[in-house]
Amino acid sequence: MNKTQNNKAWFLVLPVLLLVAFSAVIPLMTVVNYSVQDTFGNNQFFWAGLEWFEEMLNDERIWNALRRQLTFSAIILAIEIPLGIFVALNMPKKGFWSSFVLVMMSLPLLIPWNVVGTIWQIFGRVDIGLLGYTLAKLGVDYNYTQNIFDAWVTIIVMDVWHWTSLVALLAFAGLKSIPDAYYQAARIDQASRWKVFRYIELPKMMGVLMIAILLRFMDSFMIYTEPFVVTGGGPGNATTLLSIDLVKMALGQFDLGPAAAFSLMYFLVILAISWVFYTVMTNLDKKGM
Amino acid sequence: MTDTAIPEKLTAGGANTRPRFRVNSRAVVMTLYLLFLLLPIYWLLNMSLKTNAEILGDFSLFPRELTFQNYVTIFTDASWYMGYVNSLIYVVMNTVISLAVALPAAYAFSRYHFMGDKHLFFWLLTNRMAPPAVFALPFFQLYSSVGLFDTHIAVALAHCLFNVPLAVWILEGFMRGVPKEIDETAYIDGYSFGGFFIKIFTPLIASGIGVAAFFCFMFSWVELLLSRTLTTVDAKPIAAIMTRTQGASGIDWGLLAAAGILTIIPGALVIYFVRNYIAKGFALGRV
Repeated sequence: MNKTQNNKAWFLVLPVLLLVAFSAVIPLMTVVNYSVQDTFGNNQFFWAGLEWFEEMLNDERIWNALRRQLTFSAIILAIEIPLGIFVALNMPKKGFWSSFVLVMMSLPLLIPWNVVGTIWQIFGRVDIGLLGYTLAKLGVDYNYTQNIFDAWVTIIVMDVWHWTSLVALLAFAGLKSIPDAYYQAARIDQASRWKVFRYIELPKMMGVLMIAILLRFMDSFMIYTEPFVVTGGGPGNATTLLSIDLVKMALGQFDLGPAAAFSLMYFLVILAISWVFYTVMTNLDKKGM
Repeated sequence: MTDTAIPEKLTAGGANTRPRFRVNSRAVVMTLYLLFLLLPIYWLLNMSLKTNAEILGDFSLFPRELTFQNYVTIFTDASWYMGYVNSLIYVVMNTVISLAVALPAAYAFSRYHFMGDKHLFFWLLTNRMAPPAVFALPFFQLYSSVGLFDTHIAVALAHCLFNVPLAVWILEGFMRGVPKEIDETAYIDGYSFGGFFIKIFTPLIASGIGVAAFFCFMFSWVELLLSRTLTTVDAKPIAAIMTRTQGASGIDWGLLAAAGILTIIPGALVIYFVRNYIAKGFALGRV
C-alpha cells in the first residue's frame, strides 16, 4: 500500500512511546548506569568506566555460558524447524480434525513456563515419572540430576515438546496459503513428492519460516524458567545458560556492576543476530514471499 | 519409550512420504506427535487425581483411588486460589493496556510515512527481543521507587515491555489488509477520526484484535521471571505460589500437579474460543 507522508502520525504513536519509554528505556538506563559504576554499599557509587566490561570479557564463566547457550539454541533450531515443517505437512487441512489438532497442538504453548518445567521434572523422575520409570525399567541408566548428558537431553526434549507446535502452526499457515493450482500444475508435470516440497511448498513457506527461526532463536536465547526448574543449571554448571547465569549473578550474588555489563553485552548479541534475521525477513517481504 | 523416540523417527522419515500412503501415514504421524505432546500433560493430570501415598507408593498409569482432595484444597484455601485471581487480574490489565496503546500506533504505522517510522518500528521490536533476565533487577528497583511494588499494575506494565511491540506488529499486519479507500470514504461522509476509528475501522479488524489479544494474554500468562520478581504477597501469581508445595516433609506432589493442571485450563479455554482466528493470525506470520 502506498502511504501518505504525515508527521502528525507521531501523535498516534505517542502513547506507545511513553509506555515503552517507561518500561524499557528507564530500566535499560539503570543497567547502563550500574555497568559503569562500582559500589561499596551504602548507596555510594564510584565511576568505574569500562572496568566491568573488561572483566566480563575476560571471564571464563561468561564464555562458557555463552558456549552452552549457542549449543542449546543451535540444537533446538536444528530439531524444531525440520520437525515443525514435517508435522505441518501432515496436519489435516480442514474439518473437525483440523481444529482438533490445532487446539491440541497449541496446548503446550499456553502452559506457564515453570509449569512446563514442573511437568518435565516430574515426567523424568525415576521414581514417579512415566518417562524416567519406563527408561529405568528398560534398563537405561537415566538420571537428569546427576548425569550431564541426561540433563541436556531432558531440557532439549522439553523445549522440542514446548515449542515445535509454534513452528508447525506457522508453517501450516504458510502451506494453507498455497493455491491449489500449484499442486495441479505439479501433478501434470508428474513432479515427485520431494520436488513438490522443494520447489513449491518450501519457497512459499520461506516468509513464515524466517519468522519461526527468528522467534525460536530469540526465545531460546533468553530461556530461563524451564531449564531452571528442571535442572537448576546443574549438574554442576552443565546447563547454566546465559539467563540462568545472569539471574544468579544479579539477584543471587547481587554483583550489580558485572551483572549490568553482562546484561548489556547479552542484549547486544541478541540484537545483532535478530537484526540480521529481520533484514533478511523484510527483504523477503519485498520480494513478495 | 515411545515419546522420546518420536522426534528422531519424524525427522528421519521426513522427506519420504509417498503420496500413495499419504492418508495413512498422515494419521500415524499426527497421532504419534499428539501422543508425544499429551503424554506429559496426561501424567500431570493422573498425578493430580492421586493421593501422595499412591503417587510415591505404587506406579500406575491411572489413579486407582480417585481423589479430588488436591483440587478441594486449592479451591478452599484463599492463599491458593487468590494466586489465580492475581494472575488473571494482571493478565487482563496487560491485555487491555497493550491493545489500547497499540491500536492507534499500528494505525499510524500502517497508513502513514513519518519521520523515523522504520527505526521506531525496529526499536519497538527490539523490546520483544530483550531478555527478561536483563530487566528483572531494574524493574524491581523502578517499581519499588515509584511505590508500585507488589501491585497488579506493576506486573501488567512490566509485561507491556514485550506485549506492546507484539500487539503493534500483529495489528499493523491486519490493518494493512484494509483498503485505504475505506478511510477516505468515511472522512468524506463526515466522520471524525475518532468516530471513524471506533464505528467503522475497529469492526473491520475485529479478528486482528482477537488474535492480538490472544497473544498478549498468552505471553503474559506464561511469563514468570518478571511477575515473580515484582510481587511478594498481594499480587503473587499462581505460578509462583506453586513453589510453596515444597514443605518440610518433602514436596506435596499431588497438590503441585493439581495446581499445574489448573494453570493449563485458562489457556485451553482461550484457545478453544479463538481457534478459527489463530490460523489467520499465524498466516500473517506475526507472532
